[in-house]
Amino acid sequence: MEIAITTAGYDLDAMVDTRFGRAPRFLIYYSKTGAFTVKENTQNLNAAQGAGIQTAMHLANAKVDAVITGNCGPKAFAVLDAAKIKVYTCAGCSLAHALELLKKGELKPAEKANVEGHWA
Amino acid sequence: MKIAIASGKGGTGKTTISCALALAMPGEVTLLDCDVEEPNAHFFIQPVIERMEKTCSLVPEVDADKCTGCGECGRVCQFSAIISLGKKAMVFNELCHSCGACARICPTGAVSETAKKNGMLTIGRKGRIRFVSGRLDVGQAMSPPVIRETLKYAAKDGLTIVDCPPGTSCPYVTAVKGCDAALLVTEPTPFGLHDLKLAVATIRELDIPFGVAVNRTNGEKNLISEYCETEGIPLLLQIPEDRRVAEAYSRGQVLNKVMPELHDALVSIPENLQQLIEGRPLQEGPVVLI
Repeated sequence: MEIAITTAGYDLDAMVDTRFGRAPRFLIYYSKTGAFTVKENTQNLNAAQGAGIQTAMHLANAKVDAVITGNCGPKAFAVLDAAKIKVYTCAGCSLAHALELLKKGELKPAEKANVEGHWA
Repeated sequence: MKIAIASGKGGTGKTTISCALALAMPGEVTLLDCDVEEPNAHFFIQPVIERMEKTCSLVPEVDADKCTGCGECGRVCQFSAIISLGKKAMVFNELCHSCGACARICPTGAVSETAKKNGMLTIGRKGRIRFVSGRLDVGQAMSPPVIRETLKYAAKDGLTIVDCPPGTSCPYVTAVKGCDAALLVTEPTPFGLHDLKLAVATIRELDIPFGVAVNRTNGEKNLISEYCETEGIPLLLQIPEDRRVAEAYSRGQVLNKVMPELHDALVSIPENLQQLIEGRPLQEGPVVLI
């Protein structure tokens, strides 16, 4: 399973970033091997509008299976849902801890957006 | 001539001046309320409403049977309003700017454009004033399409006064761009000056002749009059700081009633702006009321 996690850092000690569409970057974690890569999100971070939609599109094209982020708005959620990518929200913890919670089954997939658009 | 009554800062008196100007003019005049997110000129003009009209903008509609999921629509869209996921195209109407590129580029003709209601126009009259007010529907994010529909009611000949939305972004630009000249309304406060500078920088880009009106002034030198002098901007109207103006406003009464002494200054605004359009120097100095 490939899991994309929003973050401002570069490794598993970094914190989960609350933003989805305007997250600075994604850490893509491969659950089989425990390896990860970092994917920058600069273009969407600076987009005038539709950042969530474009970011969700990129993750769909990257064929990730799940997303862990702080908040996910309605448009981004609609795209992720259509691409059958599960969305898990969690806040205030490291990427390693978030992955641990996911493994233990303590993160539940979101059924809808947890914030309004442009919540920040 | 079309005159935009605009400002950077909100609440400086655009509607007050627009209505006063329309009422002061001796002849036929068209007043367009283009502050479509919160139109309120009708409170002061109280026109007899003749009819209402819907305004629409075009948004894409996807025929799922014809869509092959090639993704061209999403690549051409500059606003992320349409995307293609596998065999499914998704449309986000609220982000669409109605450019029509998705429908043009679709190789299978799956995308067509369909009209979606985004606002209402109220059309009426009060004496010599032809009155049209645009109103954006609740939940719509973009006001320029409704502003453009309202501007279509500008008089072919004769004077049109356009009550513009505040700010200096797309709504302001859309409303001002269609006009021949503008009156930027502000107040002698640091906030008023700051936003006036933004409005001036924007209108200079648009290359539209303009003058400034200062509201709530005691007529003495202030930070707006100093700025206008430095920048060579004509000061065309000053409205005194007076409690009677606020009281009248709160009752939906027009400025002309409480301050009939402003009549000549108001009537001279279109003449002065016409001179600016023609590049002629203004005959009189700035209007100063004490």
